[in-house]
Amino acid sequence: MAQIFPRWANQTPTLGMVGTLVGGAVAAFAVYWWASPYNTDVGYKPKQPIPYSHKLHAGDMQIDCRYCHAYVERGPHAGVPPTQVCMNCHQQVKKDSPNLAKLRESWAEGKGDKSIPWVRIHKVPDFAYFNHSAHMGFGVGENRAAIGCESCHGRIDTMVEVRQSQPLSMSWCIECHSDPAPQLRPLDAITKMGWKGDLAWNEKAHAIAATLHPPGNLSGAGKLNADGKLETYASAGCNGCHR
Amino acid sequence: MATANAAAVNLPDDPNVRGDVVLDEPVAGREPLVRGQHDFHSVTEMVCRVNEVPLKKTPMPFVFGTLLASAVFAMFGGYIGYLIWVGPGIWGNNNPVGWAWDIVNFVFWVGIGHAGTLISAILYLFRQKWRTSINRYAEAMTIFAVLAASSCVALHTGRVWMDYYLFPLPNQMGLWPNFRSPLEWDVFAVNTYLIVSLLFWYTGMVPDFATLRDRATVKWRQLFYGVLALGWRGSMRHWVTYEKAYQILAAFSAPLVLSVHTIVSFDFAVSQLPGWHTTIFPPYFVAGAIFSGFAMVQTLMLPARHWLGLKDLVTVKHIENMNKVILLTGSLVGYAYAMEFFVAAYSGNQYESFTFINRATGPYWWSYWIMLSCNVVTPQLFWFRKIRTSVGWSFVLSIFVNIGMWFERFVITVTSLHRDALVSSWDYFVPVTEALYLLGTFGLFFTLFLLFIRFFPVIAMSEVKGVMPQANPHWSGYDKKGHHAPAHAAVEEVHP
Repeated sequence: MAQIFPRWANQTPTLGMVGTLVGGAVAAFAVYWWASPYNTDVGYKPKQPIPYSHKLHAGDMQIDCRYCHAYVERGPHAGVPPTQVCMNCHQQVKKDSPNLAKLRESWAEGKGDKSIPWVRIHKVPDFAYFNHSAHMGFGVGENRAAIGCESCHGRIDTMVEVRQSQPLSMSWCIECHSDPAPQLRPLDAITKMGWKGDLAWNEKAHAIAATLHPPGNLSGAGKLNADGKLETYASAGCNGCHR
Repeated sequence: MATANAAAVNLPDDPNVRGDVVLDEPVAGREPLVRGQHDFHSVTEMVCRVNEVPLKKTPMPFVFGTLLASAVFAMFGGYIGYLIWVGPGIWGNNNPVGWAWDIVNFVFWVGIGHAGTLISAILYLFRQKWRTSINRYAEAMTIFAVLAASSCVALHTGRVWMDYYLFPLPNQMGLWPNFRSPLEWDVFAVNTYLIVSLLFWYTGMVPDFATLRDRATVKWRQLFYGVLALGWRGSMRHWVTYEKAYQILAAFSAPLVLSVHTIVSFDFAVSQLPGWHTTIFPPYFVAGAIFSGFAMVQTLMLPARHWLGLKDLVTVKHIENMNKVILLTGSLVGYAYAMEFFVAAYSGNQYESFTFINRATGPYWWSYWIMLSCNVVTPQLFWFRKIRTSVGWSFVLSIFVNIGMWFERFVITVTSLHRDALVSSWDYFVPVTEALYLLGTFGLFFTLFLLFIRFFPVIAMSEVKGVMPQANPHWSGYDKKGHHAPAHAAVEEVHP
């Protein structure tokens, strides 16, 4: 009887199996890598209307973050400085720089009524409630601590143009909310860049973290704890962010 | 010995009538599994004939049947679109009856799937040779039934496009399914079942595909069966590998017969609801599943053996054996019904008692009594030899069992829910468009099943040949009725 299939057909089972394994592995890796916020979101660096350098202002000149982002400790939004804040200095400093033309233009339009269209970089979805002030100081009395700017925004003091340094994905949020101790720092170190706690602080941070939430099981939070107190802060539960 | 076998049993020519079993010869006195004067070639002819009809000469009744089934299937497609577009509000489900026909249909179809694995795996491991004539059928039925069941359970979620959440896929949210929920165990149980059954079915078909490939006279059939046969040549090495693979898969499948429906029963039993929260559920569900599965095999097989001319392979002995399984499992199910009532009374728990009395006498009394009469009364008729060896009775009773087992799931799901803990929440569930839903799953099932009959070998030829007297190395020719022995057998006789 004549052969139905050509000779190369003998190879198809091997090729099929190898192809499925390799193809499957490549596909899994591709989704894992290229579809992840670690890849899609981290590194987002849009062109800003004015070439403002955080490295120059926050790094070299050591201006405190809160000088411009003034509401960070008081409200949900850290706040983007109005033109007036820039002009506090730039009325005197570099007032003729061509880079600042747009700043002066904004200032000229009725003393800063026309805002500079800064491009927003860090953004969580609308269905995720985020509050800066809640992260800028929590715990009671001795056990007070905060999350530093750099934990989420990276080393701003080294960035000429700001780029997103963390994925801001839900699992990234949860990672810290289930184990906040490594990110805790004293309130006076909130804006310090490259800050590292000493051994004593690290021990204290774990003690503080223990007061913030029972370990694990984020979804079980929002219940009353043994003292009849509502679990809040780090273990806010689903409805802490998805209100 | 084999000659004695043929001689010991007085076989009528009509394959619908059982031969007399000779009791004082327990092995030789058994009725042969293949009736009529068949050799290997005629078995091949008998089975392949169905697949080898040229496409243009497909019998008209078959074409109409397939068109009808696929029209219903297409209707199901439209219904699914409607369901996704509007949402499960097109059903009568509402508080407190949040689960109704969606889950009823799911459990109904998954249960039917169980006979296939029982026949193919457990009967195989127990060396029940009569399985060979019916296992291919039953396995195909299993797979299509599990697909129908999956379509129910995948569509009842509401947001169908979020169904991938059923699987533990790594994601940027760090969210996982609730591994403590029996509904999640169900996802794994049913998927495992589908995969293993599919492998088992396919592995068993490879030698038969090769037969069809070698007999093919047109190019497309050569290619079609050639690809499916995976280069099978029937060498000794192939057979050794095949037997090993088949045995391993049988060992994999055997526990699944028990585990899958156990986990389906956990969907109910793990909850705290009176009527669901019972430890008897796992064995009771497994017995019910096998019961309904065998009934469905009967429903499908009895017409098929008639129309496809397979009466010599699927004999009245096979039918009787299956009816015995139906009788056994039906009695187990009846025992479970009785035990539920006993426990409800014995526990002294008024909520439990209320649920069960309400089942029998409450607003859904009719569903309970349909269930009871179809599942408990009808299989008991199989105690009578006349009835269990009658093709007509078997068919009618198998339909009753199918109806009864659908109602069993209805009773369990709906009657337990419609009387909530708060009297103010009590309600009466009425289906709205669900009949189309159930009908649609039948369309899906029968479309696949008819295509299977048309293109795949419906009987495991190679296995049937293995249980024929000719396969016995000591076989020495046909019986006294005077049919000549094939040449190779005659040679064997001269040089034993």
